[in-house]
Order: sequence, then C-alpha cells, then structure tokens
Amino acid sequence: MSKSNSFRDVAVVSVATHQTKILSEVNEVQLMADLISKCRNSAGVTQAEIGFTCSGSSDFLAGQAFSFVHTLDSVGAFPPISESHVEMDGAFALYEAWVKLQIGEVDTALVYSYGKPSAGSIIDVLATQLDPYYVSPLWPDCFSLAALQARLLLDKGLITLEKMAEISMRSQKNGSDNPNAVRSSKDVSFENLMNEPAIVDPLRASDISEIADGGCAVILAAGDKAKSFCGRPAWIKGIDHRVDSHTLGARDLTRSPSAFLAAEKAGINTDRLDLAEIHGMTSAQELILEKEFDLNEKTTVNLSGGSLASDTLMASGLIRISEVASRIISGQADRGLAHATSGPCLQQNLVCVLEGE
Amino acid sequence: MSAELTAVLGVGQTKYSSTRGDVSIAGLCREAAYRALEDACLDWKEIDAVVIGKAPDFFEGVMMPELYLAEALGAVGKPILRVHTAGSVGGSTALVAASLIQSRVHEKVLTIGFEKQSESNATWALSLPQPFSVSINAGAGGYFSPIIRQYMSRSGAPELIGCMVAFKDRQHALKNPFAHLHQNDLTFEEVVDSPMLWNPIRYSETCPSSDGACAMVLGNEASGDRAENQVAWVHGTAMRSESNNFPGRDEVNPLASRQCAADVFRQAGITNPLKEIDAVEIYVPFSWYEPMWLESLGFAELDQGWRMVEDGTTSLSGGELPVNCSGGVLSSNPIGASGMIRFAEAALQVRGMAGDHQVDGAKKSFGHAYGGGAQYFAMWIVGAEKP
Amino acid sequence: MTDPNSPPASLSQEVEIPESISGLEPVRSVRSPIRLVYDFVPSPPVQEYLRSYSTKKILGHRSPIDGAVFVPPRGVDPRHGVLIEESVELSDKGHVGNFCVTHLPIPGRDDLDTPYVSAWIHLDGASVGFLGLVAGCENDEVHIGMRVQAVWKEDEELGNTAENILYWKPTGEPAVPIEKAGNRAWGQTNE
Repeated sequence: MSKSNSFRDVAVVSVATHQTKILSEVNEVQLMADLISKCRNSAGVTQAEIGFTCSGSSDFLAGQAFSFVHTLDSVGAFPPISESHVEMDGAFALYEAWVKLQIGEVDTALVYSYGKPSAGSIIDVLATQLDPYYVSPLWPDCFSLAALQARLLLDKGLITLEKMAEISMRSQKNGSDNPNAVRSSKDVSFENLMNEPAIVDPLRASDISEIADGGCAVILAAGDKAKSFCGRPAWIKGIDHRVDSHTLGARDLTRSPSAFLAAEKAGINTDRLDLAEIHGMTSAQELILEKEFDLNEKTTVNLSGGSLASDTLMASGLIRISEVASRIISGQADRGLAHATSGPCLQQNLVCVLEGE
Repeated sequence: MSAELTAVLGVGQTKYSSTRGDVSIAGLCREAAYRALEDACLDWKEIDAVVIGKAPDFFEGVMMPELYLAEALGAVGKPILRVHTAGSVGGSTALVAASLIQSRVHEKVLTIGFEKQSESNATWALSLPQPFSVSINAGAGGYFSPIIRQYMSRSGAPELIGCMVAFKDRQHALKNPFAHLHQNDLTFEEVVDSPMLWNPIRYSETCPSSDGACAMVLGNEASGDRAENQVAWVHGTAMRSESNNFPGRDEVNPLASRQCAADVFRQAGITNPLKEIDAVEIYVPFSWYEPMWLESLGFAELDQGWRMVEDGTTSLSGGELPVNCSGGVLSSNPIGASGMIRFAEAALQVRGMAGDHQVDGAKKSFGHAYGGGAQYFAMWIVGAEKP
Repeated sequence: MTDPNSPPASLSQEVEIPESISGLEPVRSVRSPIRLVYDFVPSPPVQEYLRSYSTKKILGHRSPIDGAVFVPPRGVDPRHGVLIEESVELSDKGHVGNFCVTHLPIPGRDDLDTPYVSAWIHLDGASVGFLGLVAGCENDEVHIGMRVQAVWKEDEELGNTAENILYWKPTGEPAVPIEKAGNRAWGQTNE
C-alpha cells in the first residue's frame, strides 16, 4: 500500500541535526530555531513558502504538558501556518508530512523533532509508556525490558554476546566520524567491550544506547520543487509503519513482525541497499532488526554510529532518516533504508527507503 | 492529481459522564470504535489504519497511549498514529485521518479521540508550573477571561450574552442522549446566579470534565458509494497555528482562526457562510466564545456576533444558524475527544442521524476545534452530497 | 438511535471467572502514583533574567528584526523564529493590558486572598505582557490601561526568581487609553 510507484515523488532536500550529551548553552526553542533556519536556508526556502509543518516531541520527556507549544516559536509561525504535531518520534511526523504532500495541494513541508532526555530519568519516564493497569505500576524500566529481550535471544541461540559486542564496536568506530555522536571511539577494543560488566544482565553499558539531547529538522519537497531546492534530492521510494501487540508476553520478543512488515510494504530490496540506519536501544535490538530487514554484506549499517552512539528520544528516528538522506544528497550513497522505532522492545516500527538519482 | 473524495462512513460515541467506572481506558475507546464500525457496517479487519488523538499524556499519566491501545483498537499489524495539538486535537486527529484517505494511501481509516478524566488529574496537569516562571494562572479560565473581557468592552455586548449561550447549549444537550450534562430543571436565572469563577465567567458558563471517546470511520469515494447508511462527504479541511503572546497579536480574533476559516470555506466553495451552512458545531468551552468564534469564522460581522445569541439565531428552536445542537463542549468535555465530537456531530447532521437534536434538512455543516492559547485551529465542512 | 447506556452487543460477552477466585470481590480500580523528577536548567538568557531579578531589575529581550521587546525572555522572536541575543533593562512600572477577577484559589498559593485580580502587565518599554497579580486597591478599581508598579519582597528575601515581585499596585497616574493598552499598542497585522 505504501510503495510509492503510484505516488507523488517526494524527497528530502535538506537536513540539520545537532546532538550533544547535555544541552546547556541554549534551550530547545533556541536549538530548534537554529536548526530550522539552517535547514530552510540550505534549501533556499522561507517559512512562508512552506506548505505544511509537522513536528514530533513528547511532554513526558520534557516534563511539561503542552511542551510543543513553546517550540512553535522556533518556526516563526506568523503569518499563521498549516501545522500539526504528533506525540511520537519525528519520523512519524515526517510520515504525516509525506502523506500531506501526496494530496497534491502543497509542495514543501518542514519536519522537526527534538528531545532533552537529560532533564528527566529515562527509565522512569519510559515506564509510564506501559499498560497503566497491569504493567506500569510494577515500574519495569526500559533497560530491564530490553535485557529480557536480549536474554531470550541468547537463550534461543539467535545471538551471542560476541555478536552484540561487534555491534557496539561498529557503533563506536563509526560514531567517531560523526560530530553528533556522544559515545564513540576510533580504537575501541573488542576485548574491553566483552569484559565490561553487565549493567542489566546481559546488557553491558556499551550494549545500551547513549542518551543525548538534541534535535533535527528536515525539509521535504515534491517533484520539480525538490529539484529546485537540491542538486541531488533523496527521493522517498517507499515509507510505511506498523505496530505490534503491546502485551509483552503475547508476542515473540526475539522478533519484530512490525519491522518486517513495514520493510516489506516500503519495498526495501536488499540487493541495492548501500546504507541502513536502524534505530534500536540496544545492540541486541540492532541484531533483531538486521535479521527482520534481511540485510546482507552489501549494506553498510549505521555509518553514523546509529542511535547506540547518540540516542535522542523522539528524534532518533528522524535523525536516522536525515543520516541516510544527507549521504545521498552529498553523493556518498545511492540508496538507503532508514528506520525508526517506538515503544518497548521494538513494538512499533517505521521504515523509509531513500534513493538518489 | 486532485484529492480523493472522503466520506464519513460511521460515527460512534460513548455516553459522556464524569466517571465511567465500568470501563478501562481501552474499554472506553473500544465502545466508541465498535459503535463507529457498526454504524459503518464494517469489521475491524477492514480498517487499514488507525489515527488516535488525545490531550496531554500527563492527564492520565500514560505516555504515548497508542502503544498500550494497539490491541484494543485492532491496530496490530497496521499503522497507528497519535496526534497531539492541544485542545484542537480531536479535530486535527480527524484531519490527519482524512488526509490518509485524500492522499489515497489508505481506503478506510478508524479515527478516535478520548479522555478518561476520572482517571486523570487535569487540574494538576494543566497547572504544572513552568520552570522559572511565577504560577498564578488558575486554569484555562484565567487565561481566556481577560480576552473575553476585551471582547465585551470592544463590542459593547450586554452582560448576560454568555449566560444565554450556556443556557441554550444545556437545553440542546437535553436532546442529545450522549451528552454529559442533562440539567432538566435548569432555569436561566440559575445560570445567572451561579458563582463567578473568573469574572465574567460563571461556573455555569464553563465546560464540565468528562470521560468519553468519539470515533469515526472514514473511507474513500468507493466506500462512500457502497455504504449502507447515509454518509457525510468532506467538502473542506484546514489547520492553522500561530504563536501566542507576541506584539500585534489579536487575542480576541486570532489571524490563524480567520485564515483557517477562509481556507476551508474557499475549498468548499462557500461565499456566504450564514446562508449556506445549516448547522455549526464549534468549540465553545467558555460561553462567550460562541459569539467570538461566530465573528472570527465569518458567520457574523465583527462586534455583532452577540446579536445572533440574543435574538435566537443560534438556537435549535427556530434559529437560522443553530450552533452546538449536541450541547457542545459546554455540555460534554472529554478534552481529547471534544474536537472530534464537533466534527462527528457535524457529520451526523448532514447524514440526518442527529436524532432529537437534528436540524431539519441540514445539507452542509461546519465542525471546528481550537487549542492552546487560541492558537491551534482545525476545521472541516461536510455535506450530504458530494462536493 | 443507539442507546448510549448499553454497550454495543459485541462487547457484552460474559467473562468466565475461574473456580479458584469465583467468590472474590472484583477489583474496581487501581491507584498507581507516579513520581517523576526533572532537572530544569535555565538557558543563559533565562539565567541572566533571573539573576537580574535578585537585584530588583527586570530584563527584556530585544528582537533583532524590529526591536520588539519580549519579557520574560523566550530565546527567539516567535514571529520570525530568529534568536534573540540582546537584553535590555526595563522599568518596574507599566500598565494593565488585560485582566480578570479570579474567584478560584491557586494550588500552592495560600497567601492569596480570593477573589484577586490576575492581569497582563505591560512594562514600560516592553512589547508584550506577562501575568501578574494586581493588589493594593479594590478589585473593582482595576481597569484596562491602569498604571501599576511592582511591589518587591524585602531585600533579604530576594532570590533569583520572578517571585521577588509580590504584586503590582496602582501608581495613581492617568490611565493609558484603551486603544494604546496591551498588545493593541503594536501595529495590528491583518491579511
């Protein structure tokens, strides 16, 4: 349903991202004003010319109800704009904007998202994402849930501690070239990673994503408009998202059927995939996703270091899209897959396929 | 390529009340969703995608409830989106669902808005202190009352216009079995004598706090043609946002509201709203917003909207432009659903399915929602015929 | 028409209770307290603003676009989305742009006598207002345009906070005309 054969050609034409361990020099409003204007300037478009704006953020993350109202200031929403917001990762806001462009009444869209996980305690915050009657009163933290998932994978022989450490190593090495990576190391040692004590068994610190504050802005444009904004637009060839059951005991946590389904619907075609940016909270989850997407050695995974290197809740998914898009725009790559996840243990997943001409 | 025609195939609501102790959040949502599916004569598996909206997560203390509700809404294996645009969320949720049809991405979408205020602490969530600022804003009423006062002094409207709106809406609610407030013996004098909360708003002129959910099934043109029950066709949709509290802002009649209305009327080919629209469902949480919105939207001249209240124009009993025949937000207010209820009630009117609060022969109706500091607006126009 | 008080037929299935718990009273609700702690760190412009409060000075933020002055600082000019870097000292006198008389107590503010006036205070030199309390007069004397001045806490009680201002009291000066009060003072933008 979401393969874009019959759909309007829509591309990412410019991106701006910033992640850092703790945002202190500016607040989210100033950060986003900077990123949004950089992103618009790079495409050569003013807010008045943008047909639709959509953002993703979370009140629980910010510790304030209606937190997204403040960042509307960052856009410069006067004269008034056609605008909407999802309380989800910005990747889903991008999906909403892509849908809007499909209708045909507007040709450009601005998408942004941000998060400041350093302000609160991520393990407490994410525990409130769970079934409020049966599960969240037990306060199962996100790392424990991810650890349960990793334990199931290990016990079934689907992954090994060595494979997990390889993923961590890949993230840290790749991240060393990424100014937004908060955890990276050019010469990280496999032995050190293997010998790290478990934080939440079997997960070691390097198996768990490193939290970062930050944000991301992306401009989408359709058809000829895209070509006027960018020499080599990153065309969205397919985009889809699906959700699995919430009840943790009701699904096989060693798999992510929604990731598989979203990839199928988006039409990933792993024969021609240069890059994959996949969004997981742990090395074990990256291994699940690689399997669901059936990635092979032709594809370089998480060249940016991935969310393991720098994980901004609510923006990490959009940032994965921006990482693939920017490499296509610059000519470094031709075709890539970007993925975003939401919910415990890969419950909800979005897959986007991008390609340059 | 032009947009796909979109139809409202089914509407489902829960009885709105202060406490729905008989259902969980999932149960509340499913009740509305089931009714919408029954009305649309469809099964869960025929739905391609779900779009859900609600007010801030802090109300019920559940972060991103679409995840918890995936099974309850039949969304497993399907796409689900969760919209959050402050008070206008019920409306913008319906618009996001409509865009999935208009874009031809999906053929049938379930959309739902809900709030379980009995399981939430809305007062607390609405007055979470902003870091580094002094907290003296006692709720939404404290924010909107100064603006209402400004309208009163500018328009010269008589003192009791607000009370007339409140009384009218509560009378309308008596004809809507789903409404929360059914004040059978209410008199106009009781409305006037009600305690003052934020001058000029009395307790009787404010909205209740309700549990409830409202759902719709939207479909493409082919689904609309095939539907067993009468459908409502979408003639126009628009969203606009602006920041608040900046120099030059018209707080009484925000530009975003005017531009949003102008856009939706243009799409629907409407040049004289008063004459061409038969029923209006607008978001009025505090009584005075009825005349204020009627002016902003273009149903009334500036500073004259209050006359339509005074002379009965906006009453279901013989008025030329009945407003909020469902009883409006003043009679039922599950915040996350309230915007969607406006959109759904507008659809019920042109489908001829509004029961005792039906406007006879309604062919075109207008649904409206707003949120934040009157800065987020979502509107739609639906008709009995295709546009 | 659907009966709102009876659930849809498809939802009315009886649930079979296992033998072992068949005599027990069903749980009707779960009380699940949530406690979340957030550390808010003010950005440098906000830090500067709060520190100046401790010296009984109020700082505004001037827009590079057209010189509009915002208080409290928002970091950006919301009309344009541009960063604001220039601060400007404002007087602690101004006028009431808008107000209402509130009869509801505010959680955590037991010091307030209800009913009280909450008003949008427009400081001299500022282009927008902020919420404040007006006291030191009868509630029905308050009017749009009324000139007011800050009443500060005692010096030894001052901190890095806007709570240093207890309330705003009338100065007795002639009122600002309604057309020039509040946000109306700035040129209106129409489409």
